[in-house]
Formats: sequence, C-alpha cells, structure tokens
Amino acid sequence: MIVAEKKPIEEIIDYVKDFQKLLIAGCNECVTVCEAGGKKEVGILASALRMYFMNEGKKVEIDEVTLERQCDHEYLEEIRDRIDQYDAVLSLACGVGVQFMAEKYFSTPVFPGVNTCFMGAAEERGVWSERCQGCGQCILGKTAGICPISRCAKRLLNGPCGGSTKGKCEINKDLDCAWQLIIDRLKELDRFDEYEQIMPIKDWSTERAGGPRKVVREDVRL
Amino acid sequence: MRINYPGTIRIVRLPCTGKVDIIHILRAFEKGADGVYVVGCLEGECRFENGNLQARKRVDQAKKILDTIGIGGERVWMYNLSSSDGPRFAEYAVEMTEKIKELGPNPLKKAKEKMAA
Amino acid sequence: MSTRTPSKLEKILAAGHLAVTSECGPPRGSDPEAITRKAEMIKDYVDAINITDNQTSVTRLCSLASCIHLKKMGVEPTLQMVTRDRNRIALQSDILGAASFDIYNILCLSGDHQIFGDSPQGQNVFDIDSIQLIQTVRLMRDEGKFLGGDEIKRPPQMFVGAAANPFADPFEIRVPRLAKKIAAGVEFIQTQCIYNLEKFELWVKQARDRGLHEKVYILAGVTPFKSAGMAKYMKNRVPGMDVPDEVVKRMSGVPKEKQAQEGIDICVETIQRLKEVEGVKGFHIMAIEWEEKVPEIVERGGLYPRPKGIDN
Repeated sequence: MIVAEKKPIEEIIDYVKDFQKLLIAGCNECVTVCEAGGKKEVGILASALRMYFMNEGKKVEIDEVTLERQCDHEYLEEIRDRIDQYDAVLSLACGVGVQFMAEKYFSTPVFPGVNTCFMGAAEERGVWSERCQGCGQCILGKTAGICPISRCAKRLLNGPCGGSTKGKCEINKDLDCAWQLIIDRLKELDRFDEYEQIMPIKDWSTERAGGPRKVVREDVRL
Repeated sequence: MRINYPGTIRIVRLPCTGKVDIIHILRAFEKGADGVYVVGCLEGECRFENGNLQARKRVDQAKKILDTIGIGGERVWMYNLSSSDGPRFAEYAVEMTEKIKELGPNPLKKAKEKMAA
Repeated sequence: MSTRTPSKLEKILAAGHLAVTSECGPPRGSDPEAITRKAEMIKDYVDAINITDNQTSVTRLCSLASCIHLKKMGVEPTLQMVTRDRNRIALQSDILGAASFDIYNILCLSGDHQIFGDSPQGQNVFDIDSIQLIQTVRLMRDEGKFLGGDEIKRPPQMFVGAAANPFADPFEIRVPRLAKKIAAGVEFIQTQCIYNLEKFELWVKQARDRGLHEKVYILAGVTPFKSAGMAKYMKNRVPGMDVPDEVVKRMSGVPKEKQAQEGIDICVETIQRLKEVEGVKGFHIMAIEWEEKVPEIVERGGLYPRPKGIDN
C-alpha cells in the first residue's frame, strides 16, 4: 500500500486558516489502512479544527467526507455537485489523491493533510516499511524476492557494501541489510551460486529519472 | 457502600476503556465539556489484555491535540483503579473536579458566547 | 604479469615487488599546500598516493584536483572515485578529466552513505555501484567506448582498483564478492584496515583456494592507532571494522604517552607478518592525519627503499 503519516495540526491550520468553509476529504484505501487519512482521522481532524477556529473566534464551517478512492474519477465525481460550496478542500489522501482532486476541481484550493511516505507493507500493527520504489523494471526475480533498490540505503545492485554488520545496515542498526536478506534467501532457495552473477548497469529511464511516467494499455482502454 | 462524588460529572459507561477513541474525547470538548477523564482498570489487569494501555495512548494523543488547538491538554486525564475500589473512584472524581475548577471552564464556551453576541 | 597501463604502481607489482601505497585526505578548504605538504612527507616512501573522494561524506576539496596537484609534483596519484555523488555522465567525464592529466590509477568505490557526513539532508546518486564502475573504467580503457556505446578519442589508461573489506558481514560472501569484482575487471585491491590477522589470513587463504590471488594484486590495508581511544572508537563506532579485544587491551595497557608508539609497533608487526602471506602483494598504509609516521612504518616494515627507475 501507499504509506502516509498525518501532518502536524499546526501545519494544516496554517494552510486553511483563511477559509470559511472547508471540506475534509478522507480516502478509504491505503491511508485508511495505515491510519493516516481514513474516516476516523477525518473525524478527529475536523473536530480539532472546529474547536481551534471556535476558540480563535472564527466562524469556520467544516464538513467531512470519505471517498472510496481519490485516485479514480468515479469516486471523486461524488462531490462534484457540492464542491462549489467550499472555499478549500483538505485532502487526507496520498499525494496522488490530493493532485487528482486538484486537477478535477481546478478552481478549488486543495491542501494535503498527510505526508505521503512510500510504498510499503504493514510489518505489524503500527509499523510500516518500504518495499518498492516503482523503478518500472522489476528485478525481484534475480534478487531472491528482496528489492535492493528500495531496501538498500545505497540501492546497490551488487551489494552488500562494506558497512553491512551483523545483518544490519551501516546507516541504522534497526534496518536490515537488504543484501544480507538476499544472500540468506538465495541460500534457502539453493541458489547461492547466483550471487556471483554481476547485475548489469541499470536502465533508470523507467524510474523517476526518465521523467513523469505513464502506463497506457490499449487492450483495456474504452 | 454509599460514597459521594461531585454531581457535575457525567459518567459514560464502556465495557472497557480500550473502546475510548480520540474522537470521543474531542467531541466531548466540542460539545462543551470542561474536562474529560478516563477511568480504567489497573495496568496489567485488563480483562482484554491491553485495553487500558490503549486508552492511555489515546488520552495522550488527545492531550497533544488539545494543547495544539488551545483548549489545553491538562483537561484530559487517565486514571486507573481496581473495579471494586469505590472510595478511590470518588477520590479521583474529586481530584479531577478540583483540577478542572482550577483551570476554569472550557474556553470554547466563552468563544461561543462572544461569537453569538 | 604483463602491464596494461603506464601506471607505475602496476609496473612495480608486475615486477614482483611488494607495493606500498598510502593515502591523503584533501582539506576542507582550497589550500593546495594541505595536500602537497602531506605528499612531500611520504612521497619517497610510497609508490602511489590515494586521494580520497569526500570520505565519510564530508565535503572536501575534490579528489581529481588533488590528484593533479600530486601529479604536478611528480608523485603518482590514485584517484578515488565514489558513485554516491555523480551519475554515469559525471563519472565518465571525471575519468576523462583525470586521463587528460595522465592519472593512471583509479579506485572504484560506492562511498559511505551521506548520512555520516556534513550533508545528511542531501540526495545521493548511486546511478551505478562500485562493481559497475569497475566495468565502466575497463570498458572505457579497453574498448575505448563510453557506456552509451560511442567511441572515446584518446581513451583513459588507468590501472583499475577497488576496495575489499574482509571483515564486513556476511563473511561467507567476502571471497565470492572479491571474485565478482575480479570478474568485473578489477586489477588491484586495497583492503579495509586489518587488525584481526587470523580473519584476514583466512580470507586470503579462501581467495588462494580459488586462485584469485593470481588474478588480482591484493594490497593489505593498515592503519596505526594513535591512542587507545581511537582503537575503541574504530572497534565500536566504525561500521565494518574488526578490532579484536586483545588489540584494544594492548593499546590500553600502555601509558597514554606511549600509546602512539604502541600503535606504530602494532602496525609494523602487522606488515611484517602479512608480508609472508601468499597472495599479499603490498600494503596500503592509511595513517589518518598522521602522514608523518608513514616513513617510519615503511622503514621498520622492511619496505624501504622503494624500487627505483620505474616510471610511467
């Protein structure tokens, strides 16, 4: 999922302090699962902002909505008939949702309520960690199912570096050395000899380096 | 056992303090409560293992939010006691009431009056 | 072994001499004397001097310019190059820049993570890694081609080196990793500082078992301790460093004013012992901000005088 973290309320207040009518829009997908921007977080933020403005003697009306997804036209359309009532939208979706909202409702200011962090997994309740950087050319088949691009601090394709210590990364003792994980799993899969194959220089043009990316699927287009 | 405690307290019963959410605490203030306190079982004695510990975390988060928005985090507290300890319950009620009296009314009340005027 | 470049270091190794290299860290300023002064102290005692490339991610005068200063004073430089700060365009460009000054040695590294340095908030690049940098230099040199496939006019002539850390984890891949670097085209290796001699000897033995010692020149890395505090720091704080307890104890066991001498003694003893290890072809002496001690270490290590009459 896309993992996000709630922005500090102070920062959000700074964004929206000059508006009279606000819509706080949550998203039912990733940000709900990682407890940063779902219905519950919308409710808490709305309540906090209402109290803040009231205490400041400002009359600000705040409505709440949580959409199924903010990265799809279909669900974003659900608020079209009332979007004009609002001076601004505070979207608690990931950066994708915030932007899609901004694109769709061109004349309404849209602000982010979360910091979008990464694509990751829920290791345990309350702990999420990165697993993918969307490089556009997956190499997991060659690295025993563990991604050195997202999980090695130096994204080494031929690791580990000399800083790997007792299975941990040199930059942080709580961080697993991705290459230690790769090696352990290669052994488990009886493929340790593959370690000595040199991973060729990567074509990063399908990654961020190649500019904003787009997938076009003629077979599924209408 | 008949023990008196301040009549200004409104009790919301829950099966376990683990049910308390931040939004419940915030809503209480939004609706004009001057203070909120959560009374859970003793730590380590939760029937549902960690309900009271979860409650404490949520109380702490609510404190932070209330501090940020100018209502004051010291209006929310978490207490723990044994479920059969009636005298302690009354003691906490008195203590909490005194704390809140010292802090004065929920600032939103004044703000509301001003805005209405 | 025959030589493939004009590198003096390569010629000395090919002639069967034990090579001696050292290194200088460039200054955090633009005073060239900070480099030439250090080089002057050690130039008659070593065959080549590495210039580090913003080591530990602390911004310093660049390795390439420092190498040029050495070259101008007649000292053979080894250009250290990390892939942390430059993409393939900049790396190849700097290699050509170095080649235009007839710099004949390069050490290919990935580089410490920027979190350790003065710019922890900076971006890193890692377009390619150290093994791929080895491949890049070999491609440029041997085939006269850029990574993009175009021809290079007057290709670089560089003796290609890399680092190896026999002490990092997991130990079982330390020799396979050396093999990988050799397969990528590395010609000489400078190792991490050696304090755990048994472990180092085991690593070299495993390399010998695979015949790797005949495919690459291994220069054993040594660093003298200035104090017991430094030994403890290296043991506990520097990732990938293996300082056995008895070495720390030996340093702590002598009075403070004699610890520096003890550090030099340990270093000299290490050289004397490792000289006898088959597969060790020389030494890389990293006397961190203590360059003035290099002559003593080289002399007492029985590595002086350096071979004469071998030039580019």
